[in-house]
Amino acid sequence: MNPMRTARHSVTLAWRTIVKFRHTPDQLLDILLMPLTFVLTFVFLFGNAVSGDWHAYLRFVIPGIAIQALMFASLGSALALNTDLRDGVYDRFRSLPIARSAPLIGHILGDSVKYALSVVLVFAIGAALGFRFGGGVAAAVGAAGLMMAFALATCWIGVLIGVVARTAETVQALSMVLIFPLTFGSNVFVPTAKLPGWLQVWVRINPVTQVSDAVRSLTLGLPGAGSVPSSLAWSAGIVVVFAPLAVLAYRRRG
Amino acid sequence: MTSPPSNSVRPASARSNAIETEGLVKRYGETTALAGLDLAVPPGSVWGLLGPNGAGKTTVIRILSTLLRPDAGHASICGVDVLRRPERVRALIGLTGQFAAVDEALTGFENLLLVARLLELPGRRARERAGELLERFGLAEAGGRLVRTYSGGMRRRLDVAASLVGTPAVLFLDEPTTGLDPRSRGDVWDLVRGLAAGGTTVLLTTQYLEEADQLSQGISVIDHGRVVETGTPAQLKAKVGRQTIELRPVERDRAGDVEEIVADVTGATAVRDREGGLVSAALPLGSRAGAVLAAVAARLETAGIEVAEIGVRLASLDEVFLALTGHDAPVEAAR
Repeated sequence: MNPMRTARHSVTLAWRTIVKFRHTPDQLLDILLMPLTFVLTFVFLFGNAVSGDWHAYLRFVIPGIAIQALMFASLGSALALNTDLRDGVYDRFRSLPIARSAPLIGHILGDSVKYALSVVLVFAIGAALGFRFGGGVAAAVGAAGLMMAFALATCWIGVLIGVVARTAETVQALSMVLIFPLTFGSNVFVPTAKLPGWLQVWVRINPVTQVSDAVRSLTLGLPGAGSVPSSLAWSAGIVVVFAPLAVLAYRRRG
Repeated sequence: MTSPPSNSVRPASARSNAIETEGLVKRYGETTALAGLDLAVPPGSVWGLLGPNGAGKTTVIRILSTLLRPDAGHASICGVDVLRRPERVRALIGLTGQFAAVDEALTGFENLLLVARLLELPGRRARERAGELLERFGLAEAGGRLVRTYSGGMRRRLDVAASLVGTPAVLFLDEPTTGLDPRSRGDVWDLVRGLAAGGTTVLLTTQYLEEADQLSQGISVIDHGRVVETGTPAQLKAKVGRQTIELRPVERDRAGDVEEIVADVTGATAVRDREGGLVSAALPLGSRAGAVLAAVAARLETAGIEVAEIGVRLASLDEVFLALTGHDAPVEAAR
């Protein structure tokens, strides 16, 4: 199937996802409430303890929470996909003369609206509490691009889970097993230097740490933009591994 | 379980069949879902795949609609090889699966529009096509409502409508009336008849013998993943060959006497139905129905038993199924 047709089919299927948000906006509630809860809890509960001052902690934690929100949103995608697959709707898609990968790409495209919303919300809450962009507009746009790239990469892991798992409970369990070490085992909430040595080894490799560092340096206007290429490399690497696996698993699913 | 070699000969007119399979085999671990299934459905007909749960009906449909690859065998739709050219087959078929493949969180109109756009109908034409189909399936008024609010019958109609957006040459209906109330079932039947009249080939699976009898020009009876018999409903009944005498005494407590008389005259075992009011017996091959009726009537007269119903009819498909497979169709229990 040629790429133009694949793109057309994918966009049509993304349209389906977006129309559904419009009909049932309450499905956006969880991805909007979750970041709010996290920002308030972490900033006011742990802010003083970690950074000695919650204002300083706010600047540190907002970029990381945005990335965590993205990961939770892609968990939501995995669940929605899993339900769809069992509903028989995907049997119809698979029996139509459309590109095999279109339903998955369309799903991701449609959900990227949700990802963008959750990131904007985290930064809006942060701004309301005193978070200031120190890096200028270009850097902020760059940070947004970096986060979307990471979200569009990690959601292929979500797609793979959604396709392979037989039940919604499995999706939940697998997603949690993934998200907790990735987000809490990173420097999202606590600076790497304050963690035990053995944990630092993992935290330094963790892609979430790389992306958090990159987004922090871009949004706050700090040095350390060296994490930008490495986080892009991580995003590319995740797509290269997981997108083909997800499409393959989807094709195999009888 | 091993699959025996297919014993059918490929018909000379292979090209002209709308659906054709040869020696289809599908195993799931230890379970054999299909054990060498052969099928030949002429174009423009409604063909019934009849069999109990687990006979392999759904597996056949999934293979023919390119959702599943068989372990062995061939299949073609309008002469196009299902395994080699699945993308071309998809342009020829429509599928209405056992589980409604409509999106509950979209409106009826949006569901049809989605399929129309995926089939690359131009913008305005896609909207027109969605509107036409809603109209045709009696869903015009409900078209703007979320499918979540639809009844089971409406969903099924929408589902069939969605599979017709691309005007397929061959339509698969997997148990289209399972779980529907009798009225909605009647609606689906009318719909299938309408499609057939318009020239669409319909392959329909059902566990309802009555349904296959009502709708199909041809029936393939499937049991344990194999076709055990093929023919028109009338041929199947004739093949089993037996006629059945049935009679119902006015007074139910005389049913026992009636049973004795019938058994005596026909020489066959007479049985009473579950309510105990209807006595029936299969006539042995070669019986002359008229003579049997006359003899029974005379005996009833002598015994002073008044009957509300009396007659001889061809075997029902239920009886055919029992005769062909050696076990009861688990149909009545499912209803």
